[in-house]
Amino acid sequence: MSALLEVEDLRVAYGKIEAVKGISFSVEAGQVVTLIGTNGAGKTTTLRTLSGLIKPLAGKIVFDGQPLNDVPAHKIVSMGLAHSPEGRRLFPRLTIAENLQLGAFLRKDSAGITQDMQKAYDLFPILGERRNQASGTLSGGEQQMLAMGRALMSRPKLLMLDEPSMGLSPIMMQKIMETITELKSQGTTILLVEQNAQAALSLADRGHVMEIGNIVLSGTGRELLHDESVRKAYLGED
Amino acid sequence: MHDLPEQLANGLILGAMYGLIAIGYTMVYGIVQLINFAHGEIFMIGGFGALTAWLWLPDGTSLMVALPVMVLMAMTCAILVGIGAERLAYRPLRGGPRLAPLITAIGLSIALQQAIWAFYPDAKKDLSFPQFEGGTVHLAGISLQRGEIFLLVAAPLCMIALAVFVSKSRTGRAMQATSQDPDTAKLMGINTDRIIVTAFAIGAAFAAIAAVAHGLKYGQVSFRMGFIAGLKAFTAAVLGGIGNIYGAMIGGLALGLAEALATAYMADVPGMEQFGGGAWKDVWAFVLLILVLLLRPQGILGERVSDRA
Repeated sequence: MSALLEVEDLRVAYGKIEAVKGISFSVEAGQVVTLIGTNGAGKTTTLRTLSGLIKPLAGKIVFDGQPLNDVPAHKIVSMGLAHSPEGRRLFPRLTIAENLQLGAFLRKDSAGITQDMQKAYDLFPILGERRNQASGTLSGGEQQMLAMGRALMSRPKLLMLDEPSMGLSPIMMQKIMETITELKSQGTTILLVEQNAQAALSLADRGHVMEIGNIVLSGTGRELLHDESVRKAYLGED
Repeated sequence: MHDLPEQLANGLILGAMYGLIAIGYTMVYGIVQLINFAHGEIFMIGGFGALTAWLWLPDGTSLMVALPVMVLMAMTCAILVGIGAERLAYRPLRGGPRLAPLITAIGLSIALQQAIWAFYPDAKKDLSFPQFEGGTVHLAGISLQRGEIFLLVAAPLCMIALAVFVSKSRTGRAMQATSQDPDTAKLMGINTDRIIVTAFAIGAAFAAIAAVAHGLKYGQVSFRMGFIAGLKAFTAAVLGGIGNIYGAMIGGLALGLAEALATAYMADVPGMEQFGGGAWKDVWAFVLLILVLLLRPQGILGERVSDRA
Protein backbone atom coordinates (compact mmCIF):
# COMPACT_ATOMS: atom_id res chain seq x y z
CA MET A 1 0.00 0.00 0.00
CA SER A 2 1.33 3.41 -0.86
CA ALA A 3 1.44 6.14 1.73
CA LEU A 4 -0.94 9.11 1.83
CA LEU A 5 1.93 11.50 1.33
CA GLU A 6 5.21 10.61 -0.28
CA VAL A 7 8.07 13.04 -0.58
CA GLU A 8 11.05 11.97 -2.61
CA ASP A 9 14.35 13.77 -2.84
CA LEU A 10 12.67 17.16 -2.42
CA ARG A 11 14.86 20.19 -2.97
CA VAL A 12 13.74 23.77 -2.42
CA ALA A 13 15.70 26.96 -2.91
CA TYR A 14 15.18 30.66 -2.25
CA GLY A 15 17.15 32.17 -5.09
CA LYS A 16 20.57 30.57 -4.84
CA ILE A 17 20.21 29.45 -1.26
CA GLU A 18 19.04 25.89 -0.96
CA ALA A 19 16.86 25.56 2.12
CA VAL A 20 15.85 21.94 1.61
CA LYS A 21 18.54 19.75 0.10
CA GLY A 22 16.93 16.51 -0.97
CA ILE A 23 14.72 15.02 1.70
CA SER A 24 12.50 11.95 1.49
CA PHE A 25 9.82 10.83 3.89
CA SER A 26 6.27 9.56 3.86
CA VAL A 27 3.13 9.81 5.93
CA GLU A 28 0.74 6.85 6.18
CA ALA A 29 -2.96 7.46 6.66
CA GLY A 30 -3.79 7.66 10.37
CA GLN A 31 -0.23 8.44 11.42
CA VAL A 32 1.20 11.43 13.18
CA VAL A 33 4.59 12.22 11.69
CA THR A 34 6.76 14.98 13.06
CA LEU A 35 9.65 16.98 11.65
CA ILE A 36 11.82 18.38 14.38
CA GLY A 37 14.93 20.48 14.27
CA THR A 38 16.25 23.94 15.05
CA ASN A 39 15.40 27.21 13.36
CA GLY A 40 16.50 27.25 9.76
CA ALA A 41 16.51 23.49 9.39
CA GLY A 42 14.02 23.72 6.51
CA LYS A 43 10.90 22.42 8.28
CA THR A 44 8.63 25.36 7.48
CA THR A 45 9.99 25.52 3.95
CA THR A 46 9.06 21.86 3.53
CA LEU A 47 5.47 22.49 4.61
CA ARG A 48 5.13 25.61 2.48
CA THR A 49 6.35 23.61 -0.50
CA LEU A 50 3.89 20.78 0.17
CA SER A 51 1.00 23.24 0.21
CA GLY A 52 2.16 24.89 -3.00
CA LEU A 53 3.24 28.29 -1.65
CA ILE A 54 6.79 27.64 -2.86
CA LYS A 55 7.71 25.76 -6.01
CA PRO A 56 10.22 22.98 -5.47
CA LEU A 57 13.52 22.97 -7.32
CA ALA A 58 13.47 19.21 -7.78
CA GLY A 59 12.00 16.07 -6.36
CA LYS A 60 8.62 14.45 -6.20
CA ILE A 61 5.60 15.07 -4.00
CA VAL A 62 2.77 12.56 -4.31
CA PHE A 63 -0.35 13.06 -2.23
CA ASP A 64 -3.15 10.55 -2.27
CA GLY A 65 -1.83 9.13 -5.51
CA GLN A 66 -1.57 12.49 -7.27
CA PRO A 67 1.59 14.44 -8.03
CA LEU A 68 1.51 17.88 -6.35
CA ASN A 69 4.54 19.52 -7.93
CA ASP A 70 2.65 21.65 -10.42
CA VAL A 71 -0.63 22.13 -8.60
CA PRO A 72 -1.20 25.79 -7.60
CA ALA A 73 -1.60 26.47 -3.88
CA HIS A 74 -5.29 27.30 -4.01
CA LYS A 75 -6.12 23.90 -5.53
CA ILE A 76 -4.17 21.81 -3.06
CA VAL A 77 -6.56 22.27 -0.16
CA SER A 78 -9.38 20.81 -2.25
CA MET A 79 -7.31 17.65 -2.68
CA GLY A 80 -7.38 17.16 1.07
CA LEU A 81 -4.21 18.79 2.31
CA ALA A 82 -4.71 21.52 4.93
CA HIS A 83 -1.97 23.71 6.33
CA SER A 84 -2.05 25.60 9.60
CA PRO A 85 0.88 27.92 9.02
CA GLU A 86 3.66 29.07 11.29
CA GLY A 87 2.65 32.08 13.36
CA ARG A 88 -1.06 31.20 13.07
CA ARG A 89 -1.69 33.67 10.24
CA LEU A 90 -5.32 34.34 11.00
CA PHE A 91 -7.28 37.02 9.16
CA PRO A 92 -7.07 39.47 12.07
CA ARG A 93 -9.91 41.80 11.14
CA LEU A 94 -12.37 39.01 10.43
CA THR A 95 -14.28 37.35 13.23
CA ILE A 96 -13.67 33.87 14.57
CA ALA A 97 -16.71 32.57 12.73
CA GLU A 98 -15.59 34.20 9.48
CA ASN A 99 -12.12 32.69 9.84
CA LEU A 100 -13.66 29.25 10.28
CA GLN A 101 -15.93 29.78 7.28
CA LEU A 102 -12.91 30.67 5.18
CA GLY A 103 -11.38 27.35 6.18
CA ALA A 104 -14.35 25.76 4.42
CA PHE A 105 -14.13 28.16 1.47
CA LEU A 106 -14.29 25.48 -1.21
CA ARG A 107 -17.00 23.40 0.41
CA LYS A 108 -20.55 23.69 -0.86
CA ASP A 109 -22.40 21.68 1.81
CA SER A 110 -23.60 24.45 4.11
CA ALA A 111 -25.20 21.98 6.53
CA GLY A 112 -21.91 20.14 6.89
CA ILE A 113 -20.06 23.43 7.36
CA THR A 114 -22.39 24.49 10.16
CA GLN A 115 -21.92 21.09 11.74
CA ASP A 116 -18.14 21.30 11.53
CA MET A 117 -18.14 24.80 12.97
CA GLN A 118 -20.06 23.45 15.91
CA LYS A 119 -17.45 20.69 16.20
CA ALA A 120 -14.72 23.31 16.31
CA TYR A 121 -16.63 25.17 19.05
CA ASP A 122 -17.00 21.90 20.96
CA LEU A 123 -13.30 21.21 20.62
CA PHE A 124 -12.44 24.78 21.69
CA PRO A 125 -15.36 26.23 23.69
CA ILE A 126 -13.66 29.62 24.04
CA LEU A 127 -13.95 30.07 20.27
CA GLY A 128 -17.68 29.47 20.44
CA GLU A 129 -18.11 32.05 23.16
CA ARG A 130 -16.26 34.66 21.14
CA ARG A 131 -17.37 33.68 17.65
CA ASN A 132 -18.29 37.24 16.64
CA GLN A 133 -15.11 38.82 17.94
CA ALA A 134 -12.30 39.86 15.57
CA SER A 135 -9.68 37.13 15.61
CA GLY A 136 -6.89 39.67 16.05
CA THR A 137 -8.10 40.29 19.61
CA LEU A 138 -7.53 36.69 20.74
CA SER A 139 -4.62 35.56 22.90
CA GLY A 140 -1.82 33.51 21.32
CA GLY A 141 -3.23 30.21 22.52
CA GLU A 142 -6.73 31.04 21.37
CA GLN A 143 -5.35 32.10 18.00
CA GLN A 144 -3.59 28.75 17.70
CA MET A 145 -6.83 26.93 18.46
CA LEU A 146 -8.59 28.95 15.79
CA ALA A 147 -5.81 28.29 13.27
CA MET A 148 -6.14 24.56 13.88
CA GLY A 149 -9.92 24.73 13.79
CA ARG A 150 -9.78 26.68 10.54
CA ALA A 151 -7.49 24.09 8.94
CA LEU A 152 -9.83 21.29 10.03
CA MET A 153 -12.79 23.04 8.39
CA SER A 154 -11.72 21.72 4.96
CA ARG A 155 -12.11 18.13 6.30
CA PRO A 156 -8.53 17.37 5.30
CA LYS A 157 -7.07 13.93 4.70
CA LEU A 158 -3.80 15.31 6.01
CA LEU A 159 -3.45 18.17 8.49
CA MET A 160 -0.13 20.00 8.50
CA LEU A 161 0.61 21.94 11.68
CA ASP A 162 3.57 24.29 11.72
CA GLU A 163 4.89 25.08 15.20
CA PRO A 164 1.55 25.02 16.99
CA SER A 165 3.23 25.52 20.37
CA MET A 166 5.32 28.53 19.34
CA GLY A 167 5.19 31.38 21.83
CA LEU A 168 2.64 29.73 24.08
CA SER A 169 2.67 29.43 27.86
CA PRO A 170 3.44 25.92 29.18
CA ILE A 171 -0.20 25.41 30.13
CA MET A 172 -1.45 26.50 26.72
CA MET A 173 1.20 24.40 25.04
CA GLN A 174 0.00 21.38 26.94
CA LYS A 175 -3.57 22.11 25.94
CA ILE A 176 -2.60 22.29 22.27
CA MET A 177 -0.64 19.04 22.49
CA GLU A 178 -3.61 17.36 24.15
CA THR A 179 -5.77 18.55 21.28
CA ILE A 180 -3.37 17.06 18.76
CA THR A 181 -3.46 13.78 20.68
CA GLU A 182 -7.24 13.91 20.59
CA LEU A 183 -7.27 14.57 16.84
CA LYS A 184 -4.91 11.65 16.42
CA SER A 185 -7.20 9.36 18.38
CA GLN A 186 -10.05 10.42 16.08
CA GLY A 187 -7.95 9.12 13.19
CA THR A 188 -6.73 12.45 11.78
CA THR A 189 -3.49 12.13 9.84
CA ILE A 190 -1.07 14.84 10.94
CA LEU A 191 2.26 16.15 9.78
CA LEU A 192 3.59 18.13 12.71
CA VAL A 193 6.50 20.54 12.62
CA GLU A 194 7.79 21.44 16.05
CA GLN A 195 10.74 22.88 17.86
CA ASN A 196 9.42 21.40 21.06
CA ALA A 197 10.91 17.99 20.29
CA GLN A 198 9.93 16.36 23.58
CA ALA A 199 6.23 17.08 23.11
CA ALA A 200 6.20 16.28 19.40
CA LEU A 201 8.07 12.97 19.67
CA SER A 202 5.95 11.81 22.60
CA LEU A 203 2.84 11.75 20.47
CA ALA A 204 4.26 11.01 17.02
CA ASP A 205 4.30 7.62 15.33
CA ARG A 206 7.32 8.62 13.33
CA GLY A 207 9.80 11.44 13.55
CA HIS A 208 12.45 12.94 11.33
CA VAL A 209 15.23 15.17 12.57
CA MET A 210 16.15 17.96 10.16
CA GLU A 211 19.41 19.87 10.15
CA ILE A 212 20.25 22.59 7.64
CA GLY A 213 18.06 21.22 4.88
CA ASN A 214 18.63 17.51 5.39
CA ILE A 215 16.95 14.73 7.31
CA VAL A 216 19.74 13.43 9.49
CA LEU A 217 17.86 10.90 11.57
CA SER A 218 14.54 9.06 11.31
CA GLY A 219 12.71 6.62 13.53
CA THR A 220 9.62 6.04 15.55
CA GLY A 221 8.74 8.75 18.05
CA ARG A 222 9.81 6.54 20.90
CA GLU A 223 13.15 5.61 19.31
CA LEU A 224 14.05 9.24 18.70
CA LEU A 225 12.91 10.26 22.15
CA HIS A 226 15.45 7.84 23.58
CA ASP A 227 18.17 8.47 21.03
CA GLU A 228 21.24 9.87 22.68
CA SER A 229 22.13 12.41 20.00
CA VAL A 230 18.55 13.68 19.89
CA ARG A 231 18.46 13.99 23.65
CA LYS A 232 21.69 15.98 23.56
CA ALA A 233 20.83 18.25 20.66
CA TYR A 234 17.11 18.87 21.11
CA LEU A 235 16.08 17.91 24.58
CA GLY A 236 18.73 19.93 26.32
CA GLU A 237 20.46 17.06 28.09
CA ASP A 238 24.18 16.64 28.56
CA MET B 1 -22.80 82.76 2.81
CA HIS B 2 -26.37 82.76 1.48
CA ASP B 3 -25.45 80.19 -1.17
CA LEU B 4 -24.03 77.71 1.34
CA PRO B 5 -26.47 74.88 0.51
CA GLU B 6 -25.53 75.21 -3.12
CA GLN B 7 -21.83 75.12 -2.36
CA LEU B 8 -22.29 72.08 -0.16
CA ALA B 9 -24.14 70.35 -2.98
CA ASN B 10 -21.32 71.27 -5.35
CA GLY B 11 -18.79 69.83 -2.96
CA LEU B 12 -20.73 66.63 -2.49
CA ILE B 13 -21.09 66.11 -6.23
CA LEU B 14 -17.42 66.68 -6.82
CA GLY B 15 -16.63 64.50 -3.83
CA ALA B 16 -18.83 61.65 -5.00
CA MET B 17 -16.95 61.65 -8.27
CA TYR B 18 -13.56 61.60 -6.53
CA GLY B 19 -14.85 58.87 -4.24
CA LEU B 20 -15.94 56.66 -7.12
CA ILE B 21 -12.54 56.92 -8.75
CA ALA B 22 -10.76 56.54 -5.40
CA ILE B 23 -12.35 53.11 -4.92
CA GLY B 24 -10.12 51.79 -7.70
CA TYR B 25 -6.93 53.06 -6.07
CA THR B 26 -7.88 51.84 -2.66
CA MET B 27 -9.10 48.34 -3.61
CA VAL B 28 -6.04 47.58 -5.68
CA TYR B 29 -3.76 48.98 -3.00
CA GLY B 30 -5.59 47.03 -0.31
CA ILE B 31 -4.94 43.76 -2.09
CA VAL B 32 -1.61 44.06 -3.89
CA GLN B 33 -0.11 47.19 -2.24
CA LEU B 34 0.27 48.79 -5.63
CA ILE B 35 -0.58 52.41 -6.39
CA ASN B 36 -2.05 51.94 -9.84
CA PHE B 37 -1.05 55.28 -11.30
CA ALA B 38 -2.68 54.29 -14.58
CA HIS B 39 -6.09 54.29 -12.89
CA GLY B 40 -6.73 57.91 -13.94
CA GLU B 41 -6.30 56.78 -17.53
CA ILE B 42 -8.72 53.91 -17.01
CA PHE B 43 -11.18 56.61 -15.94
CA MET B 44 -10.35 58.53 -19.10
CA ILE B 45 -10.83 55.41 -21.27
CA GLY B 46 -14.26 55.05 -19.68
CA GLY B 47 -15.11 58.57 -20.84
CA PHE B 48 -14.04 57.78 -24.37
CA GLY B 49 -15.98 54.51 -24.29
CA ALA B 50 -19.14 56.39 -23.38
CA LEU B 51 -18.56 58.96 -26.10
CA THR B 52 -17.95 56.21 -28.66
CA ALA B 53 -21.26 54.57 -27.73
CA TRP B 54 -23.01 57.93 -28.13
CA LEU B 55 -21.48 58.45 -31.57
CA TRP B 56 -22.46 54.94 -32.67
CA LEU B 57 -26.07 55.38 -31.67
CA PRO B 58 -28.36 56.75 -34.41
CA ASP B 59 -28.68 60.54 -34.57
CA GLY B 60 -31.58 61.87 -32.58
CA THR B 61 -31.41 59.21 -29.86
CA SER B 62 -32.36 60.91 -26.63
CA LEU B 63 -29.63 61.05 -24.02
CA MET B 64 -31.94 59.45 -21.49
CA VAL B 65 -32.19 56.36 -23.70
CA ALA B 66 -28.54 56.45 -24.66
CA LEU B 67 -27.23 56.80 -21.12
CA PRO B 68 -27.47 53.13 -20.09
CA VAL B 69 -25.72 52.09 -23.31
CA MET B 70 -23.02 54.70 -22.72
CA VAL B 71 -22.49 53.56 -19.14
CA LEU B 72 -22.27 49.95 -20.23
CA MET B 73 -19.79 50.76 -22.96
CA ALA B 74 -17.74 52.93 -20.60
CA MET B 75 -17.58 50.13 -18.08
CA THR B 76 -16.70 47.52 -20.70
CA CYS B 77 -13.83 49.59 -22.09
CA ALA B 78 -12.50 50.52 -18.66
CA ILE B 79 -12.72 46.98 -17.34
CA LEU B 80 -10.98 45.54 -20.40
CA VAL B 81 -8.13 48.02 -20.09
CA GLY B 82 -7.97 47.52 -16.30
CA ILE B 83 -7.82 43.75 -16.54
CA GLY B 84 -5.42 43.94 -19.47
CA ALA B 85 -3.11 46.16 -17.45
CA GLU B 86 -3.17 43.71 -14.56
CA ARG B 87 -2.52 40.72 -16.79
CA LEU B 88 0.13 42.14 -19.07
CA ALA B 89 1.83 44.83 -17.00
CA TYR B 90 1.47 44.07 -13.30
CA ARG B 91 1.09 40.32 -12.88
CA PRO B 92 4.46 39.45 -14.45
CA LEU B 93 6.11 41.79 -11.94
CA ARG B 94 4.36 40.42 -8.88
CA GLY B 95 6.79 39.18 -6.29
CA GLY B 96 9.53 41.41 -7.69
CA PRO B 97 10.81 44.66 -6.20
CA ARG B 98 7.93 46.97 -5.25
CA LEU B 99 9.30 49.82 -7.30
CA ALA B 100 8.98 47.89 -10.59
CA PRO B 101 5.15 47.81 -10.83
CA LEU B 102 4.98 51.41 -9.61
CA ILE B 103 7.20 52.64 -12.41
CA THR B 104 5.31 50.41 -14.84
CA ALA B 105 2.08 52.06 -13.72
CA ILE B 106 3.46 55.51 -14.49
CA GLY B 107 4.66 54.29 -17.89
CA LEU B 108 1.31 52.70 -18.60
CA SER B 109 -0.45 55.93 -17.67
CA ILE B 110 1.58 57.87 -20.25
CA ALA B 111 1.17 55.12 -22.86
CA LEU B 112 -2.62 55.07 -22.52
CA GLN B 113 -2.86 58.84 -22.78
CA GLN B 114 -0.71 58.85 -25.88
CA ALA B 115 -2.58 55.94 -27.43
CA ILE B 116 -5.87 57.84 -27.20
CA TRP B 117 -4.19 61.04 -28.39
CA ALA B 118 -2.72 59.27 -31.40
CA PHE B 119 -5.44 56.84 -32.41
CA TYR B 120 -8.85 58.14 -31.31
CA PRO B 121 -10.32 60.29 -34.09
CA ASP B 122 -9.84 63.99 -33.32
CA ALA B 123 -8.74 63.28 -29.77
CA LYS B 124 -5.84 65.73 -30.08
CA LYS B 125 -8.32 68.37 -28.96
CA ASP B 126 -11.10 68.22 -26.37
CA LEU B 127 -14.14 66.34 -27.67
CA SER B 128 -17.60 67.46 -26.71
CA PHE B 129 -19.70 65.09 -24.64
CA PRO B 130 -23.51 64.99 -24.98
CA GLN B 131 -25.46 67.18 -22.58
CA PHE B 132 -28.97 66.93 -21.22
CA GLU B 133 -31.44 69.36 -22.79
CA GLY B 134 -33.07 71.95 -20.61
CA GLY B 135 -31.63 74.07 -17.88
CA THR B 136 -31.00 73.47 -14.25
CA VAL B 137 -33.31 71.60 -11.94
CA HIS B 138 -34.34 73.15 -8.64
CA LEU B 139 -34.42 70.80 -5.74
CA ALA B 140 -35.06 72.03 -2.21
CA GLY B 141 -33.71 75.44 -3.09
CA ILE B 142 -30.58 74.07 -4.72
CA SER B 143 -30.15 74.33 -8.44
CA LEU B 144 -28.53 71.34 -10.07
CA GLN B 145 -27.46 70.60 -13.61
CA ARG B 146 -29.39 67.68 -15.02
CA GLY B 147 -26.17 65.74 -15.60
CA GLU B 148 -25.32 65.96 -11.93
CA ILE B 149 -28.46 64.06 -11.00
CA PHE B 150 -27.00 60.99 -12.71
CA LEU B 151 -24.06 61.10 -10.31
CA LEU B 152 -26.26 61.78 -7.29
CA VAL B 153 -28.17 58.59 -8.06
CA ALA B 154 -25.31 56.42 -9.30
CA ALA B 155 -22.68 57.16 -6.63
CA PRO B 156 -24.67 56.11 -3.55
CA LEU B 157 -25.99 53.04 -5.38
CA CYS B 158 -22.47 51.97 -6.31
CA MET B 159 -21.15 52.52 -2.81
CA ILE B 160 -23.96 50.58 -1.17
CA ALA B 161 -23.62 47.75 -3.68
CA LEU B 162 -19.89 47.58 -3.04
CA ALA B 163 -20.25 47.60 0.73
CA VAL B 164 -22.79 44.77 0.58
CA PHE B 165 -20.67 42.83 -1.90
CA VAL B 166 -17.49 43.07 0.17
CA SER B 167 -19.07 42.26 3.50
CA LYS B 168 -21.67 39.69 2.49
CA SER B 169 -20.68 37.80 -0.64
CA ARG B 170 -18.33 34.85 -0.80
CA THR B 171 -16.04 36.67 -3.22
CA GLY B 172 -16.12 39.74 -0.98
CA ARG B 173 -15.07 37.66 1.99
CA ALA B 174 -12.28 36.13 -0.11
CA MET B 175 -11.27 39.66 -1.06
CA GLN B 176 -10.97 40.69 2.58
CA ALA B 177 -8.96 37.56 3.32
CA THR B 178 -6.63 38.18 0.38
CA SER B 179 -6.02 41.76 1.45
CA GLN B 180 -5.23 40.70 5.02
CA ASP B 181 -2.93 37.77 4.17
CA PRO B 182 -2.58 36.62 0.55
CA ASP B 183 -0.53 33.48 1.23
CA THR B 184 -2.91 32.21 3.87
CA ALA B 185 -5.84 33.06 1.59
CA LYS B 186 -4.34 30.62 -0.92
CA LEU B 187 -4.18 27.97 1.79
CA MET B 188 -7.95 28.38 2.18
CA GLY B 189 -8.37 27.56 -1.50
CA ILE B 190 -8.87 31.14 -2.64
CA ASN B 191 -7.63 31.82 -6.16
CA THR B 192 -5.92 35.09 -5.28
CA ASP B 193 -5.11 35.91 -8.91
CA ARG B 194 -8.82 35.95 -9.65
CA ILE B 195 -9.48 38.14 -6.60
CA ILE B 196 -6.89 40.63 -7.81
CA VAL B 197 -8.51 40.73 -11.27
CA THR B 198 -11.87 41.30 -9.59
CA ALA B 199 -10.48 44.25 -7.64
CA PHE B 200 -9.12 45.80 -10.83
CA ALA B 201 -12.43 45.22 -12.60
CA ILE B 202 -14.55 46.79 -9.85
CA GLY B 203 -12.22 49.78 -9.66
CA ALA B 204 -12.40 50.22 -13.43
CA ALA B 205 -16.20 49.93 -13.50
CA PHE B 206 -16.56 52.61 -10.81
CA ALA B 207 -14.10 54.87 -12.61
CA ALA B 208 -16.14 54.43 -15.79
CA ILE B 209 -19.30 55.59 -14.04
CA ALA B 210 -17.40 58.56 -12.68
CA ALA B 211 -16.17 59.29 -16.20
CA VAL B 212 -19.70 59.40 -17.59
CA ALA B 213 -20.65 61.75 -14.75
CA HIS B 214 -17.57 63.86 -15.48
CA GLY B 215 -18.51 64.07 -19.16
CA LEU B 216 -22.07 65.08 -18.38
CA LYS B 217 -20.94 67.70 -15.88
CA TYR B 218 -18.19 69.35 -17.93
CA GLY B 219 -19.50 68.63 -21.43
CA GLN B 220 -16.25 67.27 -22.78
CA VAL B 221 -13.70 64.49 -22.65
CA SER B 222 -10.00 64.72 -23.33
CA PHE B 223 -7.03 62.39 -23.29
CA ARG B 224 -5.64 64.41 -20.38
CA MET B 225 -8.74 64.26 -18.21
CA GLY B 226 -7.43 61.31 -16.21
CA PHE B 227 -4.38 63.06 -14.89
CA ILE B 228 -5.81 65.63 -12.53
CA ALA B 229 -8.94 63.60 -11.75
CA GLY B 230 -6.75 60.61 -10.97
CA LEU B 231 -4.47 62.67 -8.78
CA LYS B 232 -7.43 64.08 -6.87
CA ALA B 233 -8.96 60.63 -6.43
CA PHE B 234 -5.65 59.25 -5.26
CA THR B 235 -5.52 62.12 -2.78
CA ALA B 236 -9.03 61.20 -1.66
CA ALA B 237 -7.99 57.58 -1.17
CA VAL B 238 -4.97 58.59 0.94
CA LEU B 239 -7.04 61.14 2.82
CA GLY B 240 -9.59 58.51 3.79
CA GLY B 241 -7.00 55.87 4.58
CA ILE B 242 -5.74 53.92 1.61
CA GLY B 243 -6.86 50.30 1.48
CA ASN B 244 -10.18 51.11 3.15
CA ILE B 245 -13.19 51.37 0.82
CA TYR B 246 -15.23 53.44 3.26
CA GLY B 247 -12.19 55.67 3.60
CA ALA B 248 -12.21 56.25 -0.16
CA MET B 249 -15.81 57.42 -0.02
CA ILE B 250 -15.26 59.68 2.98
CA GLY B 251 -11.96 60.98 1.63
CA GLY B 252 -13.63 61.80 -1.68
CA LEU B 253 -16.45 63.71 -0.03
CA ALA B 254 -14.06 65.56 2.30
CA LEU B 255 -11.90 66.58 -0.62
CA GLY B 256 -14.85 67.67 -2.75
CA LEU B 257 -16.31 69.74 0.08
CA ALA B 258 -12.96 71.32 0.89
CA GLU B 259 -12.48 72.32 -2.72
CA ALA B 260 -15.96 73.71 -3.18
CA LEU B 261 -15.99 75.64 0.08
CA ALA B 262 -12.47 77.00 -0.37
CA THR B 263 -13.33 78.12 -3.87
CA ALA B 264 -16.46 79.89 -2.70
CA TYR B 265 -15.45 81.37 0.62
CA MET B 266 -11.68 81.60 0.96
CA ALA B 267 -11.75 85.11 -0.45
CA ASP B 268 -14.04 86.17 2.42
CA VAL B 269 -11.45 85.19 5.02
CA PRO B 270 -9.58 88.33 6.07
CA GLY B 271 -6.09 88.34 4.62
CA MET B 272 -6.84 85.53 2.17
CA GLU B 273 -8.66 87.66 -0.41
CA GLN B 274 -6.37 86.67 -3.24
CA PHE B 275 -6.60 82.91 -2.59
CA GLY B 276 -10.29 82.40 -3.38
CA GLY B 277 -11.85 81.34 -6.64
CA GLY B 278 -11.42 78.36 -8.89
CA ALA B 279 -7.79 79.01 -9.71
CA TRP B 280 -6.75 78.05 -6.19
CA LYS B 281 -8.99 75.03 -5.67
CA ASP B 282 -6.30 72.44 -6.38
CA VAL B 283 -4.00 74.20 -3.96
CA TRP B 284 -6.58 73.90 -1.19
CA ALA B 285 -7.21 70.26 -2.02
CA PHE B 286 -3.55 69.43 -1.58
CA VAL B 287 -3.19 71.66 1.48
CA LEU B 288 -5.91 69.52 3.04
CA LEU B 289 -3.99 66.39 2.07
CA ILE B 290 -0.79 67.71 3.64
CA LEU B 291 -2.62 68.67 6.82
CA VAL B 292 -4.23 65.27 7.17
CA LEU B 293 -0.95 63.49 6.47
CA LEU B 294 0.78 65.62 9.11
CA LEU B 295 -1.86 65.08 11.78
CA ARG B 296 -3.07 61.60 10.88
CA PRO B 297 -0.67 59.89 8.47
CA GLN B 298 -2.81 56.78 8.16
CA GLY B 299 -5.73 58.84 6.82
CA ILE B 300 -9.16 59.42 8.30
CA LEU B 301 -10.21 55.76 8.56
CA GLY B 302 -6.82 54.15 8.06
CA GLU B 303 -5.50 51.95 10.82
CA ARG B 304 -2.90 49.68 9.43
CA VAL B 305 -0.06 51.49 7.79
CA SER B 306 2.47 49.87 10.09
CA ASP B 307 1.54 46.25 9.48
CA ARG B 308 1.40 46.71 5.75
CA ALA B 309 4.16 49.05 4.73
